[in-house]
Amino acid sequence: MTTLSLSRRLPKRHNKREGSNVGTGIGIAIILFIWLIPTIGLLVTSFRPVSLINTTGWWTALDVNNGPASSQYPDPNAGYVEKLSSRFTINNYVDALTGYRGTSTYLDACASGTKPLGMNCNLSDLLNPRGMGRAFINSVIVTIPSTIFPIVIALFASYAFAWMDFKGRYAIFAVLVGLQVVPIQMTLVPMLRMFAGMGINGTFPAVWLFHTGFGLPYAIYMLRNAMSSLPKDLFESAYLDGANHWQVFRKIVFPLVTPAIASLAIYQFLWVWNDLLVSLVFLGGSKPVMTYQISNMVTSLGAGWHLLTAAAFLSMLLPMIVFFALQKYFVRGMMAGAVKG
Amino acid sequence: MSRATVAPVMRQSRGTPWLYLLPALIIMTVFILYPMINTVGLSFRNADGTASAASTCREGQPCWGAWENYRYALTNELDTGNASTLLESFWVSSYGNTIKWLLVMVIGTVGIGLVFSVLVDRIKKEALAKSIIFMPMAISFVGAGVIWKFVYNYGTSQVQIGILNAAITKLGLEPVAWLSKIPINTLMLIIVGIWMWTGFCMTMLSSAIKAIPEEIIEASRIDGASNFNIFTRIQVPIIAPTIVVVVTTMVINVLKLFDIVYVMTGGNFKTNVIATRMYTEMYTNAQYGRGTAIAVILILLIVPFIVMNIRRFTKQEAMR
Repeated sequence: MTTLSLSRRLPKRHNKREGSNVGTGIGIAIILFIWLIPTIGLLVTSFRPVSLINTTGWWTALDVNNGPASSQYPDPNAGYVEKLSSRFTINNYVDALTGYRGTSTYLDACASGTKPLGMNCNLSDLLNPRGMGRAFINSVIVTIPSTIFPIVIALFASYAFAWMDFKGRYAIFAVLVGLQVVPIQMTLVPMLRMFAGMGINGTFPAVWLFHTGFGLPYAIYMLRNAMSSLPKDLFESAYLDGANHWQVFRKIVFPLVTPAIASLAIYQFLWVWNDLLVSLVFLGGSKPVMTYQISNMVTSLGAGWHLLTAAAFLSMLLPMIVFFALQKYFVRGMMAGAVKG
Repeated sequence: MSRATVAPVMRQSRGTPWLYLLPALIIMTVFILYPMINTVGLSFRNADGTASAASTCREGQPCWGAWENYRYALTNELDTGNASTLLESFWVSSYGNTIKWLLVMVIGTVGIGLVFSVLVDRIKKEALAKSIIFMPMAISFVGAGVIWKFVYNYGTSQVQIGILNAAITKLGLEPVAWLSKIPINTLMLIIVGIWMWTGFCMTMLSSAIKAIPEEIIEASRIDGASNFNIFTRIQVPIIAPTIVVVVTTMVINVLKLFDIVYVMTGGNFKTNVIATRMYTEMYTNAQYGRGTAIAVILILLIVPFIVMNIRRFTKQEAMR
């Protein structure tokens, strides 16, 4: 596990033990416990069979004799590990990925020879529109262009704001600082009407365009700050060597701001990946993304906990990987938005 | 902008900057500025924008003419029978709930974030502890909604599979339907928000605390100040400007908040906030006029913070 960058930025200046006492330890332990328990509960539950989820608490998952008679291991004299392994399953994940909603499980139903309704019992079921497999693909299709477009456009604009001289530079940038906090709700209705007029409601380009527009103010703000903190000498010597703006932008500025681009990309990626409102309004059920699929399972379909927990964990998988692998950039991307006092 | 001095060094034609700017400016104008203005216009029109809002007035009903949608947005949730029903209905309206969200969530996230960053500064596994608190920021509100809906689960049978109800039944109390019992349900939703956003506040505050020169803390310790005194009299006052920034950021975030309420209760059981009500009017009820009026009210609440952001930016630039 990598570490949070901000705690590493400054050298350790004092003995950590100083000022710590039992109270400190207990306080921290309590907060950490409250923070971890809900997620652990979700993770454990997602690997338990339905019958056990609904009859026993997930915190008793290691108690192999708990639960109704039907869930007991057939051989009462079997070893602990044997009994325990019968009380965990990956069926929830298979069912969530394929969108299976029957009373059995997808694997059992297919093994019994009678194909569940609308299923083919092969890999093509991963593309079932009700499943998380298809939603995962849709989320990827939504997220990648929605991350790349605003950053590319913002790179050019932020270079102009940082290192070019033009009329209204300051005023336009001030407006942009304000636009960063405009709520999405403020533009939903007109956009919906505009996209309806263009005939692209319910298609990917609608979401791409919307996220590009809304991602721009923050992207420009952040990249401009990164670019304008580059040393001035760099630009002067480049000019003396006869470079023009385009060359400076491409050969000097771009490589130097890659860490900022990485932070921004991760921030924007996760923002779009985790977004519900925009997908709900502009894509809806025609191209369900992961957040939409889950919210639909929660609100209208009344899917059981075995499906919900597995689906929720599937949607969290990618953000978690990004978070733990690229924590430094992720934290920076989140923090750069708040204008420092 | 003092940096402007560099630009004339480089040869550029007058059009060059606009070449770099144009794509961004066009997109922001089409997708943010124009829709914002359009929203204001639509808020004075009827459900589908074809006639003035005044046309939706009914005989014998109160009417604000062209401002009819605002009348609906502001007063429809209220029971104006008498003063006490008015207050009662306001407190569980989307506005009352938004106030609860603002108060509890901002104090909760900033308070816990502050205390935790001071506590964790003293232990060895600081980075790990902070990662755990920050982790919920990476997942979606929808994911968090499912996680907490399970924590709050209310079983009608004897067995409670939600850990909260299991804990309180163990203590001999009756299980509670956390998400449908008014008014506690809004508080339970706010806890989810606190769980998600405390990491953000903690990280901002923690880096401010670490920037306090060690000599100050050391000196006060030699003078016999307790940890608590150091916290309240030295650390908190020094980082006050950062606290202001964090609080304003959180206020804006809370005002826009939509997903948690939508996923966990759908705004039912009187848990609506301004943002979810706007969605319901616009999307579920197809009342564009009313929906946009609520959006305008929302942006009016945010405008002071937009102004503050720009001011702070201006000050910062002047110092560069």
